[in-house]
Amino acid sequence: MATRDSGGQSQSGKARRDEEIEDVTTEANPEVAERQQEITEDVDDLLDEIDSVLEENAEEFVRGYVQKGGQ
Amino acid sequence: MTVRRIMGTEVEYGISVPGQAGANPMVTSSQVVNAYGARPELTRGGRARWDYEEESPLRDARGFTYSGAAYDPAEALADEDLGLANVILTNGARLYVDHAHPEYSTPEVTNPMDLVRWDKAGERVMAEASRRAATIPGTHPIHLYKHNTDNKGASYGAHENYSMRRQTPFADIVAYLTPFFVTRQVFTGAGRVGIGQDGSQPGYQLTQRADFFEVEVGLETTLKRPIINTRDEPHSDADKYRRLHVIIGDANLSEISTFLKVGTTSLVLTMIEEKVLTPDLGIADPVAELKAVSHDTTLTHRMRLRDGRRLTALDLQWAYYERAKAFVDDRYGNDADIDTVQVLERWEAILDKLGRDPMSAQDELDWVAKLRLLEGYRDRENLQWASPKLQLIDLQYSDVRPEKGLYHRLVARGAMQTLLTDEETRTAMVEPPEDTRAYFRGRCLAQYPSEVVAASWDSVIFDVGRESLVRVPMMEPERGTKKHVGALFDRCPSAKDMLEAITGG
Repeated sequence: MATRDSGGQSQSGKARRDEEIEDVTTEANPEVAERQQEITEDVDDLLDEIDSVLEENAEEFVRGYVQKGGQ
Repeated sequence: MTVRRIMGTEVEYGISVPGQAGANPMVTSSQVVNAYGARPELTRGGRARWDYEEESPLRDARGFTYSGAAYDPAEALADEDLGLANVILTNGARLYVDHAHPEYSTPEVTNPMDLVRWDKAGERVMAEASRRAATIPGTHPIHLYKHNTDNKGASYGAHENYSMRRQTPFADIVAYLTPFFVTRQVFTGAGRVGIGQDGSQPGYQLTQRADFFEVEVGLETTLKRPIINTRDEPHSDADKYRRLHVIIGDANLSEISTFLKVGTTSLVLTMIEEKVLTPDLGIADPVAELKAVSHDTTLTHRMRLRDGRRLTALDLQWAYYERAKAFVDDRYGNDADIDTVQVLERWEAILDKLGRDPMSAQDELDWVAKLRLLEGYRDRENLQWASPKLQLIDLQYSDVRPEKGLYHRLVARGAMQTLLTDEETRTAMVEPPEDTRAYFRGRCLAQYPSEVVAASWDSVIFDVGRESLVRVPMMEPERGTKKHVGALFDRCPSAKDMLEAITGG
């Protein structure tokens, strides 16, 4: 079966109704800020290598990408 | 039932053979589909034909049949004779060629997380199919992209299907779903470089599809595309069910985008069925606002409502969310099912994030992840939006190959959240969902591959050596589940045994 993971929020489903919505606050939350920083670094790492992943000769490649219509 | 209902997606993939400008896309699409179909351990029933008998795509939900062109099953079969490939998979899905694109339709599932799972399995099926096609001597590598436009004026669909109660008035669906569709783009968008159908205006927008929609309601899917599509082809008991065919969505790579897309839509449909929505959210000009919302990455554009109020897309989404939350609390309280609770939680969390800073959803939503990548590259290279490099990043975000697709590279680096394990997606390439008729279809193809001669959403046809073929209709999508027929398959080594068991002789 599919994982019922929802990023750390799934356990709080019923509990949260009682606690109102305070725990969705992301402002001034150091964990959230840290996570954003991590992602920024991960994306920067991908940008460092992206030219080796991208198809060669972008202009020609993009120009040659022509599709017939669909639904 | 809240978010739980019979549903599925169908995605047309972009296809190209780099360096072979003259390649015929119908031929290359067929090569892809056939290459997968020829792989016995993955699709042992690959030779079974599609059964078109119950199909009627020109039937209109408003109660009439389109008179412009009569639908002829024989004609559809003739298409197949031309060699347009069509494979039914052991996971209950359909892999085929439609409008010069390879297309994957998920098996029927009952909940949003399963839909994410079998939709993602489709990406892997496509990746495997193109790998397989490339091993045939004399063929060039075929690239497949899970997206919706070539940025030159062509668009192709990523459709959603939701089973609904027949008795729900179609006018209610139009009235209450239209504002929802105009605004759900804030989390369903796959992101696009370029504005306008041909993408010629420089810029970035939330969705691939918004610029291709021209009318509010209609039957068409390729011209004058409507926000609400009226195709009414239930593939089940038409007196009880309608299949709502949704054509306005983008093809998502992000599992969270897909989960939110189908989960929130299903929940809104339940509120429509239960008649708890009120007409105060109507948008004055939905077609124009659809584009305006898509073109505004700050999410601050204010739409004009019919009653004169000016609200942002997020305001409208909060209004739908709050009604959904109140509806679920009121009806189900603490007994609400886990699927519904998760949809509500994710919906609330994403609206909250998008309201604070859209970029904070960069590891969850396609349009934000893609924008982050593009902005990073733009800064480094000092590029304008019209740069072919940026268009290539847009295109390659959706490449199904794990080593080339930029979405897949982000996941590999931990920069994109996922909901499923690798194992869950991989097994869904071959195994059907256990709680719909897809289980019966998939299990027949896995277990009796040489005796199944054709299948469709609502039937399986066998040749067991009798004078005529035997057709087993499956008009109830929730029958034929593992619970109903699992033991039957376990004790029937041949299709003949199984048919004798179910017909009592």
